[in-house]
Amino acid sequence: MIQHRHLDDELDSLRDRVLLLGGEAESALERAMYALMERDSDVAREVLAHDDAVDRIEIEIDRQCIEVIALRQPAARDLRFVIAVVKMAPVLERIADHACNIARAAIDLNNEPELKQNIKLRQMAEHASSMLRAALDAFTSNDAAAAREVIARDTEINDLYNQTFHDLIEMMVSEPSTATRDARMLFVAKHIERIGDYVTDICELTVYMAEAAIIKHSN
Amino acid sequence: MSGEVIETNRRLDNNRVISYRSREESSSTASVKISVRNLDFFYGKSQALFDVSLDMRERMVMALIGPSGCGKSTFLRSLNRMNDIIAGTRVEGEVLIDGQDIYAPGMNVVNLRRKVGMVFQKSNPFPKSIFENVAYGLKINRLASRKDELAAMVEQALRDAALWSEVKDRLKSSALSLSGGQQQRLCIARALAIRPEIILMDEPASALDPLATAKIEELIVELKSQYTIVIVTHNMQQAARVSDSTAFFLLGKLIEVNSTEKMFTAPSEKVTEDYITGRFG
Repeated sequence: MIQHRHLDDELDSLRDRVLLLGGEAESALERAMYALMERDSDVAREVLAHDDAVDRIEIEIDRQCIEVIALRQPAARDLRFVIAVVKMAPVLERIADHACNIARAAIDLNNEPELKQNIKLRQMAEHASSMLRAALDAFTSNDAAAAREVIARDTEINDLYNQTFHDLIEMMVSEPSTATRDARMLFVAKHIERIGDYVTDICELTVYMAEAAIIKHSN
Repeated sequence: MSGEVIETNRRLDNNRVISYRSREESSSTASVKISVRNLDFFYGKSQALFDVSLDMRERMVMALIGPSGCGKSTFLRSLNRMNDIIAGTRVEGEVLIDGQDIYAPGMNVVNLRRKVGMVFQKSNPFPKSIFENVAYGLKINRLASRKDELAAMVEQALRDAALWSEVKDRLKSSALSLSGGQQQRLCIARALAIRPEIILMDEPASALDPLATAKIEELIVELKSQYTIVIVTHNMQQAARVSDSTAFFLLGKLIEVNSTEKMFTAPSEKVTEDYITGRFG
């Protein structure tokens, strides 16, 4: 059973790397939102500077998955795990990319007067972060039921996005001088909404990994 | 790239998508060739198979997998009554081939074995020429009436076994001068010569190098357009590469039979998954 022990070690290492990448994506989102809300462009620049490290983790996961497939020929649940990981890594990397886009928007917005209106971006971002954490927990514990619960929570982000969209459009109409800033905020809202979609993708992969059920596009 | 070219490429891609059928989809439409019902097998007082029931579809490849001593070779040999030659064995249950019970009284075992050919783990050519090895079965079964007809049938069998181009200039050489892989394909040619409908293979590539193994595997995939093939293998990847369906045996019991795609991505039974992923025992 030496082959089996080596394979388990490699799969554990892959799982750790996915969690590392997930943690980086989550941290990037939180710091980018902090930079936006607290008008701290230095933090935004740190997020951008750190993105190369996130990319390197994704590439490392790709390389390791290829190695496991080529050298260990995983089957059944091991194969599903590797396939889930190889598809999950770019999704997590894209979440970090969206965080970078939010950081860029923060740098632009921080150079302009602050918008005073109450929009729900912070609430959206906290919800997205919480979903991402729950999705990574479901992945770690191979828990399809927990993953499905996270998927169901995406509607809350969508609702918040729709509300934010309308709020920002109203602001553009009522006070045209803020339109450029409102538009940037709208992009930020869209980035967070997309992160919610990506978290859903992660959960769908966890369901596939745990149950061999393909549930994407089922709506 | 012009719009027309793009459109043509798209059409080609669509055609490929449309024409692609998974092995699982292909096998679901084939008719049942072998039907085993409640098969028990005994070596004296020791029971080797317990209540095995499964269907094997026509012109499909079924792989039998499981740890050593699980009964897969016993099961394979029960499909053409090769176990009959072992003293003290006993069979209960039914093995139906084209609906006919091969263990029914009055069954002509010679005809059965002509219909259900066998290839063994270790190639076992006769110490005769390449030509004579293939011609032997044709002669004793009187399947060729003239010399030219016999030569044509030998050539066809060697072609079907993907060996003709390698031996056509030395048909009178001893079969024992061939490499291990060539000897195994010669044994396959010998089995094919008498036009069986089913071919049983008991670890046919276990003693061969990767190149010879690849040739045997390619041959299996080609032969299934004409024959129903049942193969015992210890090589998981070989089962995955060549078979349409896979049956997993453990301690004489059939644990699971499923399409090979399902078996290697999402088996139904935990014990099957443990075996396939190497976590068994």
